[in-house]
Amino acid sequence: MATGLRSRLTPYLLGMPGGVYLAVFFVVPLFAVLSVSLQTGNPDAGFVLTWHWGEYVTAIQRYHTQFVRSFEYAGISTGLSLVFAYPMAYWIAFHGGRHKSTYLLLVLLPFFVSFVIRTLAWQFILSDQGFVLGTLKGWHLLPQSTHVLSTPTAVLAGLTYSALPFMVLPLYVALERIDPRLVRAAGDLYARPASSFLRVILPLSAPGVFAGFLLVFVTNVGDYVNASILGGPGTTMVGNVIQTAYLQNFDYPMASALSSLLIAGTLLVIFLYARAFGAARIQEYA
Amino acid sequence: MTSAAEAAPRELAARPARVRPARFLLPLYTWLVIAYTIVPIGVMVAYGFNRAPSGRLTFRWIGFTTEWYRHVFDIADLTSALVNSLELATASTLISLVLGVPLALALARHRFRGTAVVDSTIFVDIAAPSVVVGASLLSFFITLNVARGLGTILVAHVAFNVAYVAVVVRARAVGLDPAIEKAAADLGAGPFTAFRTVTLPLLAPGIVAAALLAFAMSIDDFIITQFVAGQTLTFPLWVYGAVKVGIPPQVFVMGTLIFAAGVLVAVANTVLQRRTELG
Repeated sequence: MATGLRSRLTPYLLGMPGGVYLAVFFVVPLFAVLSVSLQTGNPDAGFVLTWHWGEYVTAIQRYHTQFVRSFEYAGISTGLSLVFAYPMAYWIAFHGGRHKSTYLLLVLLPFFVSFVIRTLAWQFILSDQGFVLGTLKGWHLLPQSTHVLSTPTAVLAGLTYSALPFMVLPLYVALERIDPRLVRAAGDLYARPASSFLRVILPLSAPGVFAGFLLVFVTNVGDYVNASILGGPGTTMVGNVIQTAYLQNFDYPMASALSSLLIAGTLLVIFLYARAFGAARIQEYA
Repeated sequence: MTSAAEAAPRELAARPARVRPARFLLPLYTWLVIAYTIVPIGVMVAYGFNRAPSGRLTFRWIGFTTEWYRHVFDIADLTSALVNSLELATASTLISLVLGVPLALALARHRFRGTAVVDSTIFVDIAAPSVVVGASLLSFFITLNVARGLGTILVAHVAFNVAYVAVVVRARAVGLDPAIEKAAADLGAGPFTAFRTVTLPLLAPGIVAAALLAFAMSIDDFIITQFVAGQTLTFPLWVYGAVKVGIPPQVFVMGTLIFAAGVLVAVANTVLQRRTELG
């Protein structure tokens, strides 16, 4: 009896400390955002919960451009990183041979460099006098007036770059699990390479695509580092607005309203994607 | 023409087309993408050797020097930001192991009420946009009137690292056969002895991987940290702050050293693991 009770309690005792920590410092704060977004006041006098929904209306009126832009940039960079990552993950998974882990390590190298420094390196690469544009201009292949920094192109290059390893990994995991005999069977049944790819490999790798989409889209939609280091006034994303509202203007209700809207928008996109393409066992891959 | 005769040339036509892109185009593409991933790293390493008369880097290449390697710790507040980062990474890794390993075992070994809730909380914790996690923690600290500093950064880092540790260790624990632990119990080992002498050594590779990941996540985190840091600076925060006034080359030197250390540890870990699995 005593041992039975003890073994029934074991999982709770084991899981309790970590579970409570996550509840207090992750779940409760998510509700704190909602609460603060409905408060009114100012940084000096303090804020009181007044169920004032006005911040949401103001937030949408004032910042809808940045909102739409964030989802647009996140969408484009997710698409680009998928295009870059898929053929590569495919080749490593099916033809990597003994060197699979070496290729993967090469793809994951950016993880060992601080995120801010990586973005900064792009600033050096894309700058007007940096070695790419500077050299091309020196050879008169580009007009002197060409510049990339502070344009959407620069921000998208940075976002796509930081997304790449997050896209390659889940794709690789999904593709690596596909039994090569299935592909051979499709060939034996006279499927052309294109159709065996479209009807066997692509559907089987769908969970990897979803996991990659999730990791990359969600990370990029809230990013503000790329936009602030590589972008200009015309590339401000909602992350920049939230950051400024919180840390420079101390306009907590507005910042929280924007954060809540960002969560809602992100969940909506994930939900729509999952409805459209199905989402079997994402967690395994993520 | 019989159908077999039709099928034969089609197969002949299909064969080379199936092989050729895999043999030539795909590896080329892969190497191009690898080059794209490596170029910014090369830039970081190279500019750490660039001459900078004003002590701030310009985009222009001026000349080779090892001066910045000799004076890497000369900027006092940059060095103390790096020390903050290393301390935070160490502390948050240890705490998240203490909290996360038992959580992983509970999830891997037992079905209990709330498994699904804990599971999805961990998943959302990893998948949520950093700006939201940072903003919500800041709202939380503001609501409770907690002063921001090293302590709040540590709390925040543990909050995301627990999730990573739980996921990585759990993946390892799921693969373990519970019969091994039962065999230890049959041979007279108490639950703690069985855990210490049997389960823990088998879990070790997972725990090491989780610790490395947690350390890397903490030392690299920028967005969440910026929200909860107050006036305290970590290495990424210092670098971000310096972007507008000009980057001293020491930043790239430190980045290069962190990079080298990370790659060394990752390679050593892989080699050691392979050796233990073979032997």
